[in-house]
Amino acid sequence: MSEATASKIPVTVLTGYLGAGKTTLLNRILSENHGKKYAVIVNEFGEIGIDNDLIIGADEEVFEMNNGCICCTVRGDLVRIMDGLMKRKGKFDAIIVETTGLADPAPVAQTFFVDEDVQKNARLDAVVTVADAKWLSDRLKDAPEAKNQIAFADVIVLNKTDLVNKGELAEVEARIRGINPYAKLHRTERCSVALADVLDRGAFDLDRILDIEPDFLEAGDDHDHDHDHHHHHGHDHHHHDHGHGLKHYHDEDMQSLSLKTDKPLDPNVFMPWLQNLVQVEGGKILRSKGILAFHDDDDRYVFQGVHMMLEGDHQRKWKEGEKRESRLVFIGRELPEKAIREGFESCIVS
Amino acid sequence: MKEFTPAPDSASIVSVTDRVKPVALGMGVTSVYFLGDRAAFVGGEENVAFVDGQGEVTKVAVHGGGILSAASDGKRIVMGGDDGKVVALDARGEVTLLATDPKRRWIDAVALQADGGAFAWSAGKVATVKSGKAEEKSLEVPSTVGGLAFAPKGLRLAIAHYNGATLWFPNMEGSAEFLPWAGSHHAVTFSPDNKFLVTAMHEPALHGWRLADNRHMRMTGYPGRVRSMSWSAGGKGLATSGADTVIIWPFGSKDGPMGKEPAMLAPLQARVAVVACHPKNDILAAGYSDGTVLMVRLEDGAEILVRRNGTPPVAAIGWNAKGTLLAFADENGDGGLLEL
Repeated sequence: MSEATASKIPVTVLTGYLGAGKTTLLNRILSENHGKKYAVIVNEFGEIGIDNDLIIGADEEVFEMNNGCICCTVRGDLVRIMDGLMKRKGKFDAIIVETTGLADPAPVAQTFFVDEDVQKNARLDAVVTVADAKWLSDRLKDAPEAKNQIAFADVIVLNKTDLVNKGELAEVEARIRGINPYAKLHRTERCSVALADVLDRGAFDLDRILDIEPDFLEAGDDHDHDHDHHHHHGHDHHHHDHGHGLKHYHDEDMQSLSLKTDKPLDPNVFMPWLQNLVQVEGGKILRSKGILAFHDDDDRYVFQGVHMMLEGDHQRKWKEGEKRESRLVFIGRELPEKAIREGFESCIVS
Repeated sequence: MKEFTPAPDSASIVSVTDRVKPVALGMGVTSVYFLGDRAAFVGGEENVAFVDGQGEVTKVAVHGGGILSAASDGKRIVMGGDDGKVVALDARGEVTLLATDPKRRWIDAVALQADGGAFAWSAGKVATVKSGKAEEKSLEVPSTVGGLAFAPKGLRLAIAHYNGATLWFPNMEGSAEFLPWAGSHHAVTFSPDNKFLVTAMHEPALHGWRLADNRHMRMTGYPGRVRSMSWSAGGKGLATSGADTVIIWPFGSKDGPMGKEPAMLAPLQARVAVVACHPKNDILAAGYSDGTVLMVRLEDGAEILVRRNGTPPVAAIGWNAKGTLLAFADENGDGGLLEL
């Protein structure tokens, strides 16, 4: 993390459908003995009661920017609250923004991209989505908001796993992975998750866009842990091979698309292509990330985006022996897969 | 100080830096006003610091938290805080509690009537006016209030919010008039002749309405958000921050700035952060993002250096009513007083 980034106050966005357990997670974060002070921006007062922290009530007020970018909406209340909070710099270490259960996380994230003053003082750390293991599968069918929240997430806390059996858990996880295979997934009861797994993730930090591989492998590690832990509850040992037996779902309208090549890309073709893609299809693309190897360039280039907004930079030199591979990930709704694949192919230096 | 490099054509810039009485407040500062013969620096939280002619600092506690908004009529400063309180501070340093939000919501904006003594504040979507002994009157607008301003004449309040501004005569039932313009509107100000209303938007632009016919005036081209606006003596121009020059929009004619270019004075390689026009003469003071403070003559753009660069951005700047004293401070509370 660069020095400028490190001095900015990290902001965690906490989303989740109604009743999933956002408030439980929030209370857990605030009551843990971490020695940090949080400024918490909530929608309703009263459910959290920690004296130590700064609790600010907000009305989720979304407005459109007049910058010609049709899906560019920001949270006006956040701009205002951040302005106010910056007068009290030094009184807190981090900010948590809790959204309502029906909220789209995009305007919150976009606020941190487009507002100059907000950007100067704070950095988006991660979008954490709390999901209800028992009801998420149903919500994914009938609530587009729930699907948005899963698609947008960097971290998914799959909560209330004690209320479902093994088969149901596998089912809901497969549905989540069908939409977003990249988020870190943690299975919890009563949101009992290590704070390090939800806070200070650096998910929007260009310097830390390292692992855009699907999360399956690490989920396996998780499982072993759970498995040992629950041994005496009579869990069987077939968890080991869940990687092979995992159900695969293809969500009808929300999916992820991963592109890869070990041939160098032409920056003069790629950049305009990507810009144009998010301009035209930005309404459908919720998140995008990439690590790129350009022709005649010894630096890795990384980028990330939310809808139409992109930020990118040269990150570091490719290491000796490191495979110079370009990888791109899009998560979105009804992605024009064929056109994206063909466009990407056309950026490869032949 | 060694970083200061005057523009080539102003190598002989007049400097009065040696006449500035330095002030070290030891607190974050957001604005400054004069009450009597003392400068009153409003802190980012809790305190206002009075500074007298000898440079002596006296702090007065006004809020139990962040100070989110402030306005002054020269006799008192009205402030709103994140403690849900509206307070007034007078020249003797006495603090009066004017109102408390029942839900302890943030007081986002305040305004003070220039003469008449009415004051207004907002919490969330509700703006409230209190005039003399009359009952408080409240108006709810469609979204959170971004800024408040009293008209120069009569008891009329402008309320900036999303997608426009609302004009309201608090003593006339059903008098709220909505002036639409898409986007988020923050600070708002009436021209001194009461003919125009101008808002500073969230995007780097101002928007104006000619009040006679609600004709729109778009004032764009800023690289950054406009956070500071000040009317020149007589109200012929509106000086603004947000660019690397002071941008002054002409409001002298009945069409205001429509179809006209603004004046661009005092260019530096830093963003103008705050502006304050002299109350009597065609001079303004500007504070920049690199700590520079200049006095600028509106007529020809002649500059006088008041403070060199190399500090945090200037956060507050203001004149006393006679125009004989200038006060300023940067974000960290280091500033000065200049007697003219």
